[in-house]
Amino acid sequence: MSSESQTSGEVPVLELRQLCKSFGGLQATREVTLRIMPGDRQAIIGPNGAGKTTLFNLITGIYPVTSGQVLLFGQDVTKWPSHKRTAMGMARTFQVTHLFPGLTVLDNVLLAIKGLRRSKFVMWRFLSSYKEVYDKAYHLLEQAGFLDRKDLEVRNLSHGEQRQLEIVLGLASDPKILLLDEPAAGLSSGESTDMAKFLMKLDPKLAILLIEHDMDVVFDVASQISVLHFGQILETGTPKQIHSSAKVQEIYLGTD
Amino acid sequence: MNSTMSLRVFAIIIAVAALATLPLWMGGIYYINVASQILLYAVFALGLNVLVGYAGLTSLGHAGLFGVAAYATGYMLQLGYGHTESILVALLVGVASMAVYAVLSLRSTGIGFIMITLALGEILWGLAYRWISLTGGDNGINVPKRPAPFGYSLSNATNFYFTTLIVFLLVVVVMAIFVRSPLGAALRGTRDQPRRMNALGYHVWAIRFYACLFSGLLTAVSGILFVYYTQFISPQTLALTSSAEVLLMVIAGGPGTLLGPIVGAGLVVIVKTVVSGFIERWNFLLGAIFVAIVILMPDGLVPGTTRLWRLATRKRAPVAAKTEGAP
Repeated sequence: MSSESQTSGEVPVLELRQLCKSFGGLQATREVTLRIMPGDRQAIIGPNGAGKTTLFNLITGIYPVTSGQVLLFGQDVTKWPSHKRTAMGMARTFQVTHLFPGLTVLDNVLLAIKGLRRSKFVMWRFLSSYKEVYDKAYHLLEQAGFLDRKDLEVRNLSHGEQRQLEIVLGLASDPKILLLDEPAAGLSSGESTDMAKFLMKLDPKLAILLIEHDMDVVFDVASQISVLHFGQILETGTPKQIHSSAKVQEIYLGTD
Repeated sequence: MNSTMSLRVFAIIIAVAALATLPLWMGGIYYINVASQILLYAVFALGLNVLVGYAGLTSLGHAGLFGVAAYATGYMLQLGYGHTESILVALLVGVASMAVYAVLSLRSTGIGFIMITLALGEILWGLAYRWISLTGGDNGINVPKRPAPFGYSLSNATNFYFTTLIVFLLVVVVMAIFVRSPLGAALRGTRDQPRRMNALGYHVWAIRFYACLFSGLLTAVSGILFVYYTQFISPQTLALTSSAEVLLMVIAGGPGTLLGPIVGAGLVVIVKTVVSGFIERWNFLLGAIFVAIVILMPDGLVPGTTRLWRLATRKRAPVAAKTEGAP
C-alpha cells in the first residue's frame, strides 16, 4: 500500500524522539532521534558498547526510558509493555538465539503465531484443533524454506538455521516493523551470505531496523545506515556515504 | 508410531480397570484407604506440577493452600453449613489464597519465588496455630461426617475410594487437555524463553498467574478430599515438611509429565504409610530413595523409565527391520 517511503504525508512506522537512557552515571543512549517509514531498511552500526542493544531494548519496552519518546504509527507507546507493542505490529529477534530448543520447528512457529490471538488463554481445547493457525504456520515455513525440516527439534538445527528461524518467529505476528538484533551473529561467511539473501527476500513493505556487525550483510540489506557511538547517532547516510566517511573509519579503526 | 499409540491406549485401559476394581482384589480396608490417600495426594502433586513442571516455578508453600482449603471446609461445616456450600467456599478460598500467593510471589522467579511461597506457607501455618478462635489451634477442627451425595454414603472406605478415584480421573483428563491446550503450550514457552514469549506478544505475567490459579484449584480439590478422608485438620498439615513432601512427589516422579506426580505420590505415600509399619526410620529410607532417583534418573522416575524402555526396545528394532527387509 505505502511502498514509496519518505513521502511527506505518511506516518512513520517507528519514530524516536530525543530518546535517552542512563544506567546510574552511564549514559547509554543520548538524544537518539530516528524516523522509520514503511518499507525502510535501516541499519544501525557502531562499535561494541555503543548502545545498540540498549536502544533496541528501549524501543521494544524491555527497559523504561529515562527521557524522550517512542512512537509507533504516530502513537506514543513510551510507557507500554512489550507485549502490547508486539500487538501494534512490532517484532524483534534476539542477538543471542531465543528459541524453544526442545520443541519442533513447527511448534516454535505455532507458539509464535498464537502470541497475538485471543485464544492463547484457552485451556479447554487442544492446540492442534486450531486449523487456521496450522495453515498459517505451514505457509510461513514454506516461504522461509523450512517446510522439509518442520518436525526437527530446534536444538538439532545448525546455528545458521536457528538464526533464520529466529526471524521466522518474528514474522509470525505479521509485523509492520521488524527489529533484527545482529541476525548474522556467529555465522560463517557463507552462512551470513545466506542470511543476507534471506533478508532481501522479505516483504518489501516491511520496515526493518537492523543492528549488525557484519558489514557485508549491512551493505547488502540496508538502504540507510546510522552510526551509533557512545549512545549518540554520529552520522546517517546511504551505505556509500558511510563507507567513505572519515569519522566512521576513525571510530572503527581507532586513532588513540 | 501407531503401535506405540495403541500400546498407550491399552496401558491406560488396564490402569483404569485395575484402579476401578481395586477394592475387589486389594484385601483389607487398610489398603483401600492407602489407595485413597495415594489418589488424593496425586491430585495435590498434579496441582503443584502445573507450576513446578510446566511453569518452571517451584513452590514450597503449597501445603498452606492445601490446608486453607481443608480448614475452610472444616470451619464451614462447624458453622453448620451443608457439604455443598462448604466445598464451594473451600474451593473459592483455596483459589483466592493462591491468587494472593501469585500476586506476591510472581514478582520474581527461581529462588525468589521459592522463598516467597515458603514464607507465605509459613504464615498460613502460623495462623492455623495461633488464630485459635478460627482454627482451634493445636486441637484442629473435627469433621464429624463425610457427605453422602445422591444418597451414596462416603463413610465406608470403598465408597470413599471410588469417589476419590472419580475426582482423580477427572483431574487427570483435565490435566491432559490443559497440557495440549494453547495456554499449556504458552506456559511451557514462558518456562523456557520468557523474553521471547514477551516479544511474541504474550503477557508472561498473566500466563503465569492463570497457571497459578489452576494449580490452586487442583490443590484446593485435594485439600477438600484430604479433610474428608481424615475427618480432621490440624496445623501439622500446613507445615513445611508437607510442602516439601509434595514437592518430592513431583520431583521424584518427573516434573512436567502427566504420570510423574502420580507415580511420585504413590511412592511417597506407600513409604510413609505401609513401609513405615516395618521400618521405623522410614524418613531415612525415603531420603535414600530420593538420592538414588536424583543420581540414577535425575529427571524423575517416569522420564527415566521411559528412556530405559526406549533403549531396551531400540536394540531390537534393527533386527526386526532386517527380517522385514529380507523377503
